[in-house]
Amino acid sequence: MSTATTQTPRSTLDARPEHSADNPLSVHAMTVAYHRKPVLWDVDYDAPPGSLVAIVGPNGAGKSTFIKACLGLIPAAAGTVEFWGKPYKNARAKIGYVPQRETVDWDFPVSALDVVCMGLYRKIGWFKPIRKAHKAAAMESLERMGLSEYANRQIAQLSGGQQQRVFLARALVQNADLYFMDEPFAGVDAATEAAIIEVLRELRSQGKTVIVVHHDLQTVPTYFDHAMLLNMRIVAAGPVSEVFTDENLNKTYGGRLTLLAEASEAVARAQQGQL
Amino acid sequence: MISNQIPDLIRELISFDLFPLTSAICVALSCGLIGNHLVLRKQSMMGDAISHAVLPGLVAAFLLSSSRSPVVMFLGAGASALITVALIELVKRLGRVEPGAAMGVVFSVMFALGVLMLEQASADHVDLDADCVLYGQLETLFFVAPNQWDQLLSIETLRAIPTQVTTLIGLTVLVLIFKLALHKELRIASFDPGLATTQGIHAGLITVLLMVMTAACAVASFEAVGSILVIAMLICPAATARLCTDRLSTQIKLSAVFAVSSAFIGYLLASFVPEMLGMPSSLNAAGMMSTVSGAMVAIAAAASPSHGLIAKSRRQRSLRRSIAIEDLIGTLYRASEMGITRSPTTTIELTMHIKDLNQVIQAAERQDLIINHGSQLELTKTGLATGAQLLRRHRLWEGYLVDEAGIRLDNVHDIAEQLEHLSTQEPVPDLQTDPQGKPVPPRMPPTL
Amino acid sequence: MNPTLAQSLTQTHDEIPSLREILDTLTLQSGFNTNAVIIAATLLGIAAGIIGAFALLRKRSLTADALSHATLPGITAAFLIASALGFNARSLPILLLGATISGILGVTLIHAILSHTRLREDAAIGIVLSVFFGIGVVLLSVIQSTATSSAAGLNHFIYGQTAAMLTNDAIIMGTIAFVSISIALLVMKEITIVCFNESFAKVTGIHTGFIDALILALIVLVTVSGLQAVGLILIVAMLIIPPAAARFWTDRVRVLVLLSALIGAISGFFGSSVSALLPRKPAGAVIVLCAGSIFILSMLLAPKRGVVAQIVRQSTLRVRIAIDHILESKYEHPEQHTKADLTLRVMLRALGFTSSLSASSTLTKRGLERGRRVHRNHMLWEQYLISFADIAPSHVDWSVDLVEHVLDDQLIQRLEREIRESGLHLDHASQEARS
Repeated sequence: MSTATTQTPRSTLDARPEHSADNPLSVHAMTVAYHRKPVLWDVDYDAPPGSLVAIVGPNGAGKSTFIKACLGLIPAAAGTVEFWGKPYKNARAKIGYVPQRETVDWDFPVSALDVVCMGLYRKIGWFKPIRKAHKAAAMESLERMGLSEYANRQIAQLSGGQQQRVFLARALVQNADLYFMDEPFAGVDAATEAAIIEVLRELRSQGKTVIVVHHDLQTVPTYFDHAMLLNMRIVAAGPVSEVFTDENLNKTYGGRLTLLAEASEAVARAQQGQL
Repeated sequence: MISNQIPDLIRELISFDLFPLTSAICVALSCGLIGNHLVLRKQSMMGDAISHAVLPGLVAAFLLSSSRSPVVMFLGAGASALITVALIELVKRLGRVEPGAAMGVVFSVMFALGVLMLEQASADHVDLDADCVLYGQLETLFFVAPNQWDQLLSIETLRAIPTQVTTLIGLTVLVLIFKLALHKELRIASFDPGLATTQGIHAGLITVLLMVMTAACAVASFEAVGSILVIAMLICPAATARLCTDRLSTQIKLSAVFAVSSAFIGYLLASFVPEMLGMPSSLNAAGMMSTVSGAMVAIAAAASPSHGLIAKSRRQRSLRRSIAIEDLIGTLYRASEMGITRSPTTTIELTMHIKDLNQVIQAAERQDLIINHGSQLELTKTGLATGAQLLRRHRLWEGYLVDEAGIRLDNVHDIAEQLEHLSTQEPVPDLQTDPQGKPVPPRMPPTL
Repeated sequence: MNPTLAQSLTQTHDEIPSLREILDTLTLQSGFNTNAVIIAATLLGIAAGIIGAFALLRKRSLTADALSHATLPGITAAFLIASALGFNARSLPILLLGATISGILGVTLIHAILSHTRLREDAAIGIVLSVFFGIGVVLLSVIQSTATSSAAGLNHFIYGQTAAMLTNDAIIMGTIAFVSISIALLVMKEITIVCFNESFAKVTGIHTGFIDALILALIVLVTVSGLQAVGLILIVAMLIIPPAAARFWTDRVRVLVLLSALIGAISGFFGSSVSALLPRKPAGAVIVLCAGSIFILSMLLAPKRGVVAQIVRQSTLRVRIAIDHILESKYEHPEQHTKADLTLRVMLRALGFTSSLSASSTLTKRGLERGRRVHRNHMLWEQYLISFADIAPSHVDWSVDLVEHVLDDQLIQRLEREIRESGLHLDHASQEARS
């Protein structure tokens, strides 16, 4: 980010791993500033294949931003993101995404089935209509989420949990190998939570990787096998049993990083030329 | 002795320009003040909707009373405006239509109704000019000024003042009272309606009052200046002020200044400049004022000292420059730590990737930080002190980042690099060595 | 009533055309020119309806408003430049080219304001709209003060003049309608996904900027082609009203687009026909009023989202709840007098729940049965909330009183099952209810 860098000898401890073509996701030195506010600082992360990863951290820690920057929805100020060793645009077909439920207008005139079909648009391609086979695939996915009877309902007439399951069905129909899910458990009922977890486990058993922004610390050890503790920086990342320690959690949620947050906010403001 | 006779030139000015200018300034001031709240509440387009929608009310009032009495017209337009506000709210709430679309539906139907009625009226050989509704007839507001100074304030003269002008002056007074009396209520209701209501301020009522005032502005102004200037004045001065300040009270004052000056400048441009250029008649004043107010937005967007694009990029540039200078000092200081007091410029050029190194060197020289020996650079005493402070900050930040923020050692340098330039804070009280074992220079009394 | 109005009313009365004329016009048999106008207006309605639907879904309705106002300086500047260069300044293509350029410039400026300053969308739209229109008005007065003769026609771009439409226009409108229908069919699903969920569309690999530019281009196309006929203020209405009206009737994008096109077509057809039949009825205004009437009817009468339907639903629910409450309390305490007012007592009697109108009336068998069911539901639900409150605390935000009345049978069965599975004794609850 700095336009002029001095070349001082780097420490011998170069922890950056070689980008492996096996890793579904490798993030290196990602820095993101978002609406004046820097949210992610120099994040390095490698997601192991076939794992369920929880991203946890306090509000404003940059959890959603991490996902969005990985998917190119927000420009990263610095750093690289690779999927199976390839840039995003070459790996797009293998990546699924479940956005936060609040980001869409649920009054929009589409049915649950229409929404699920959207997961197939990439496969269908430009200018081509949705065919019966596509609808059948979407229907199957809805059925898997226990929503077949709601297929033709307008989405506003579904409960919060059902809406979330529609989103999940849409992701499933994408048939991706790597999924990003932004707070899929937010404001859902117990039944939906169970259904989502079942789906997550099924995906893992198929060797797929799912990266989930999660806000409930208590369920992390039972639901996930990997965790990323995030607070502007990665505080710790790895198998839940290793990283989910009191010390790490304190670092993530404790107030000790406020100085860093303040300082980096000043940095970003200055870089944008604001007073 | 001063003659009682009014000179011709001044008499002409009073006759032809005084009232148009007064009206324009009144409209600008009242709309500009009210507009602040519309812009803050993201309801700028309400002005657009209302001022288009007064048309049917005007024509209806005209057809029913068959007079152009301003009072009747005012009532008609006012009724029309209030109906529009209510309808928009109704369509939004009951029909669950998106606000923008609701506004569009209501005002365009009202306008269509007005156009249709106007067409009927014109069939009855009634002259009600549709164009005036859109862009006004400021030029028609002349009155015949008396010959003598002492007659200027006589009852007869005052009676000859066009009603539109008195209406507008009344409106301005009303708006000023409204703003002064309800300043804090308006502020809180614009910012946080929920909080306002818990504080015993009925946010809904404030909103209704604001809409009524907006309608009053639109209605009182239509005949003199037309709806287009109303829309421009409701939005542009407030937007300009918003680009110049972060405080509501300053914004409101600035918007008043911008509104009045765009009315004034616009009027001058429209009525005097064409004459000078030898054009046969003056230009449309209301249109010109809108144009000027738009130009003000553009100027503020570019040149506002706090939020303007130019200021932003200049700050970015000067920041880049000072970072480059500090980097240069840092590099030279590190070299001097190793006992190299004079570093060859070519080495600096190779190790540091600074685009305009020569200018950076010159700037550093001007600040008396380095001495340029032609092919070699040496730190001055101030330079050495600055370098020490810089390195101290850098190494303290590195220490903080590793110990407190838990950042991996190999990433620390680049982050500390940024923080050292931008934050004068010292993150940890004292450290002797940085995480890589290098000494942290001691704190020095601030030089200069 | 004053004489002017009376006069105008009687005059209007005199001008009512014969049935024959009306039929001829509506069936396109009243002369070539009239037909051209009607067909062109109908096609314009279709195109505007389709594109307006996309603008509505993308929440760009007011951008269209700014765009149409922003065409005025283009028209006037084109006029000035063309006459300075010695071209025929009233040539329609030149004027429309000017309109297109300044319209696009206006929209670009809105985007620039949004991305480079702190101003919000509404202010950006308002600034562009008023300032561009202001510039246009100034240029118009320049034209009036210099070129004395030919400026008059330019006013039509503000208020519109359908009579000016010629066969050529009908062909142009037809082309535009065709283009917009084809695009709608081709990229409907891409537009839908971008409008519904932009971030997901991007992840799917759809270039959202391209879709936005496409929608915008289509809006420009319709606006510019409708300028002369409808006027720049009312053309917005043709883009906004039909889709807003159509939205009341449907929950599907495809149907919305179709209905919107239909409403646009109907408004265009009848508006221009009325205008052709009656003197001094400017087609633009009549078309918009047609569309407006359809909007009002839709808002009131649409089966699900309509106001009447909503009111009926709400009051039915209220009455049902009131009746249920009476039945429940009667069931629990048969000896007590109801507090129901006469209307409710009449309803209870009419529905066969009570045997007489008096406040002390006993319940019929039917009434008892219903009262028992309501009471049982209430108990069940309370039991559920007590035993499951820790699982679903966030979902118990509606009042128990309301919820027990809106539950359908399926839900009740699930409720019973859940409670039974949790080992609670349902019968206990219902026994209590019965005792």
